[in-house]
Amino acid sequence: MTATVGRQAQAAARASEVWKVYGSGEAQVIALRGVSCEFEQSRFTAIMGPSGSGKSTLMHCLAGLDSVTRGTVSIGETTVTGLGDAGLTKLRREQVGFIFQQFNLLPTLTAKENILLPLSIAGRKPDQAWFDTVIETVGLRDRLDHRPAQLSGGQQQRVACARALVSRPQVIFADEPTGNLDSRAGAEVLKFLRNSVREHGQTIVMVTHDPTAAAYADRVVFLADGQIVSELIEPTAETVLDTMKKLDTQVEVGD
Amino acid sequence: MFRATLKSLLARKLRLILSGLAVVLGVMFVSGAFVLTDTLGRSFDAVFADAYEGVDVNVSAKPRMEVGDFEGDAVAMPVPAETVERIRNVAGVADATGIVAADGARLIGSNGKVVTSFGPPQIGANWVGTSDLVQLREGREPQADDEILVNAGLAKAGRVAVGDRVGVLTLEPKQEFTIVGVFGYSGGRDSLGGVNEVMFTTPVAQQLMLGQGDAFTNVTVSAAAGVANDRLRDDIAAVLGADFEVKTGAELSADSAATLKEGLSFFNRILLGFAAVALLVGTFLILNTFSIIVAQRTRELALMRAVGAGRRQIIGSVVLEAVAVGLLASVLGLGAGVGIGALLAYLFGNLSGGLDLAGIAVPPAAVIGAFGVGLIITVVAALLPALRASRIPPIAAMQDVAMPDRPLTKVTVTGAAVTSTGATLLFLGLGGHAGDNTLITILGGVLFAFIGVALLTPMISRPVVGLLGGLFSWWMPGKLGRLNSGRNPRRTAITAAALMVGIALVTGVTVILDSAKSSISGLAEDKIKAELVISGAQTGSRPPTFDPAVLEKTAALPGVALVGGAYGDLAQVGDERTWVGANSDVSTLTQIFGARATAGDISRLGPDQMLVSSDVATSRGLSVGSTVPVQLARAEAKTYTVSGIYEAGDFLDPVTLPATAAQGFTIPQPMMGFIQLTPGAQAADVLPRVETLLADSPEVSVADRKAFIEQQTEPLDGLLRMIQILLLLAIVIAVLGIINTLALSVLERTRELGLLRAVGLGRAQTMGMITVEAVVISVFGALLGIAVGAGLGAAVVEALHDEGITDLVFPWADMGTMVGLGALVGVLAAVIPAVRAARIDVLGAIAHD
Repeated sequence: MTATVGRQAQAAARASEVWKVYGSGEAQVIALRGVSCEFEQSRFTAIMGPSGSGKSTLMHCLAGLDSVTRGTVSIGETTVTGLGDAGLTKLRREQVGFIFQQFNLLPTLTAKENILLPLSIAGRKPDQAWFDTVIETVGLRDRLDHRPAQLSGGQQQRVACARALVSRPQVIFADEPTGNLDSRAGAEVLKFLRNSVREHGQTIVMVTHDPTAAAYADRVVFLADGQIVSELIEPTAETVLDTMKKLDTQVEVGD
Repeated sequence: MFRATLKSLLARKLRLILSGLAVVLGVMFVSGAFVLTDTLGRSFDAVFADAYEGVDVNVSAKPRMEVGDFEGDAVAMPVPAETVERIRNVAGVADATGIVAADGARLIGSNGKVVTSFGPPQIGANWVGTSDLVQLREGREPQADDEILVNAGLAKAGRVAVGDRVGVLTLEPKQEFTIVGVFGYSGGRDSLGGVNEVMFTTPVAQQLMLGQGDAFTNVTVSAAAGVANDRLRDDIAAVLGADFEVKTGAELSADSAATLKEGLSFFNRILLGFAAVALLVGTFLILNTFSIIVAQRTRELALMRAVGAGRRQIIGSVVLEAVAVGLLASVLGLGAGVGIGALLAYLFGNLSGGLDLAGIAVPPAAVIGAFGVGLIITVVAALLPALRASRIPPIAAMQDVAMPDRPLTKVTVTGAAVTSTGATLLFLGLGGHAGDNTLITILGGVLFAFIGVALLTPMISRPVVGLLGGLFSWWMPGKLGRLNSGRNPRRTAITAAALMVGIALVTGVTVILDSAKSSISGLAEDKIKAELVISGAQTGSRPPTFDPAVLEKTAALPGVALVGGAYGDLAQVGDERTWVGANSDVSTLTQIFGARATAGDISRLGPDQMLVSSDVATSRGLSVGSTVPVQLARAEAKTYTVSGIYEAGDFLDPVTLPATAAQGFTIPQPMMGFIQLTPGAQAADVLPRVETLLADSPEVSVADRKAFIEQQTEPLDGLLRMIQILLLLAIVIAVLGIINTLALSVLERTRELGLLRAVGLGRAQTMGMITVEAVVISVFGALLGIAVGAGLGAAVVEALHDEGITDLVFPWADMGTMVGLGALVGVLAAVIPAVRAARIDVLGAIAHD
């Protein structure tokens, strides 16, 4: 792993001078203040920061879920900024995968149908070999015909992970993927995400506030007050926690 | 609690208004019906009060026959002319005037067609000079026997003016007159309540309107100064004896208005019928909306329970919401009802040729009906959801309590029971086992059947919705839509059931009318052996007739073998009122209608003889040689001897009198003519010649058999279209229900929609998904409606088998259209929810909570 982070040509996602401002006048809130950041291919990056630091906003902007006030966002070769609904839909179908805190599976579909949903929507045929690989990796072979209500939280989140992986997107954005899971189920999901990066070269960007979760990543980017303030390569739970503590004090001092 | 309820109500106002709309429409019909009849009633009161204003006392002869409801109009006995003198001699009488005024003077307008009126009579009368009421506007009084006056309304409608030569049809065939004057009424009115009037000289009026000279229909009396009307009435009655009816002008006016108002109750029934349909559908809608709202508020209601609200209070809060919605809907419905009632009254006034409307007022019945119906329906519909709400456990506030799909067993069993009750009631009602309560029993049966099927719907919906949705499964959004529609069987079921009601009624009515049509044409094909038929479409209160001379002239035409003219009237036969017919040539019975004798000779009929059908013979115990007294409308009672009995057939009158008896019928002219041609003669050759003969009988025309049969079924087509259009309303309400259900579902599934958009579902696909869901629900409802309607229709047709509806016809094309309509309804209903779903902000949807 090289330590020259953020300047490689083959960035899977990139934010340049991104500003995000909500409201105006008195009620104006600046969520992002000129954030520039790159997320390299085949790496697992965690975005951390205290509440209100703008970490979720950054991810939403990167994923094209939210528009930026200034600056540009791109995913692979595609400039996300300025895309219309059709362009965004295409982007989501082909280049982006999502994993949510709430799993967000469709209760009417079986696990298998949920996993294949993005491909079905796009009208694409699944690559059977890759599908099998994904299923093996998440260990859901015998649960494929179950509906979400019949699965545990950990299993549901693994279905959600498989759903994100199966279309081999440029980037998977994971928003607090372990937030609703107990620590064991959470660890399983995180291991599985890390393996998909190591073994299959998937790019993952994960927002979390849990240092243990962040420790699974290759790199952690720290946000505070809408700016990138720090980063860690090959983090451990301890180094992440330390950095967080420092940030908290800074924020308190800043207040 | 109260405040919390109101707050939540306000937060959901749009949704509640949408579902309340059905109640608004129902209430609108109820109150509209009352406003309409009240307004028209008071308008008629005013017309009659005006018409009889100058009359202090009125004398008429007692009719020959007492006539009940729905048995036609009584033909008044003429008052002999010398009676006028007798009345003049009564002390206290200032003057007495003999009046001839009877319905049935039909003016032929400048376009050669009879001026028709829908409802109001076409009076032919004698001119007795101007008065406070009647004012000569133009021209002069009639002096010669071929001179007439017409009222301004009739002059306008017929586009005729002073100096014109016009034809008038009366008891006699067309006669020509010169219009010498046009008159109007006080207040500048052209007509009194749309009535057309032709004024003849007195002898002509007597001849044409009464069929006899030296007689009047009534005598109007003015009292000498200082003589009270009722006193004078009693005095005159005492002098004249029991054969006369003597009334004061006020009594006469009230009685006449009452008769007309009776007829108005028909409108009331129609409007109330549609109100019932709208309210039934509305009940489903409200039930569904409140169920969904309760489901959505689970957390909130659980919180209330957790902080100490009792079950009663929860029920109370939901019912209170229903009361508020019901009140609002009633107020709006009442307003709309006053509007609709006023509009219909206005249309009625115009259609009937210028009834001066009394001011629109809101009778208490309209207000009571509106609030009663609106409130009761809403609260009853909200009761079930309220009970469900009260069962939410407080723990639901803390966590997502999985509300498991309750098993459908209970509702299915209940549904089966209710459906069987409905079927039983229908069987009893249609089978004629319910006696006087037949109509109520049938209506109850239909209602129970609808509710029962609605309860069965959740169970049926699973396989059917699965099957229907299968059509869309090749397409991912389609598949998602199908799965969504199967998600909540109860919700889908009630939404579909609302549509079912409208479609079932349309289908049922169509099955019945199409069967009737097919039976009638089949019968006519079978039983009428005439190549040409003279007939006309009835537009007013009197059937169209033609000059009897045409019959003889037609018989003389080359190529004509046999001509029969059919006369008919209601008459008192023995102790019952029965339809009696007379044929100009009794031999047509056997040759044209294929009548077969079961006893005696039916090919001949002497002046004192009568033929009866085997039905009548059986029910009255008549046989050849029996004597029966017959009282005709315009003849003295006479006893006839039964000389023959024919097998009852559908085109044969129950009683056939000799041709001469037709002179005693209310209308002594033939209503239909049947022409049989000689072998080899072409109908196309004879038809134009008969047409020429009918030039002076513009009410009828001659048609070949095929066209005649079509004419016979035409009114049914018109009736069918009218009913279908009115029932469309029920379908429109059901569309509101589908919109409502979908809109709420979209709201509930915001997060899911967000997810779907996030994993690449395009806007068009999102809309497609919602549309498929709607179409699956609506087509399901349509199919259900078609099945139920076909069943109901078939049951009614079966029950009417003995009445001559022998064919059972399923209108496959119409049913196909209905499925198409169902699909269209789904697509339309989906528009707003689909657009909303497509516009969902992805981030907001998945990030919320």
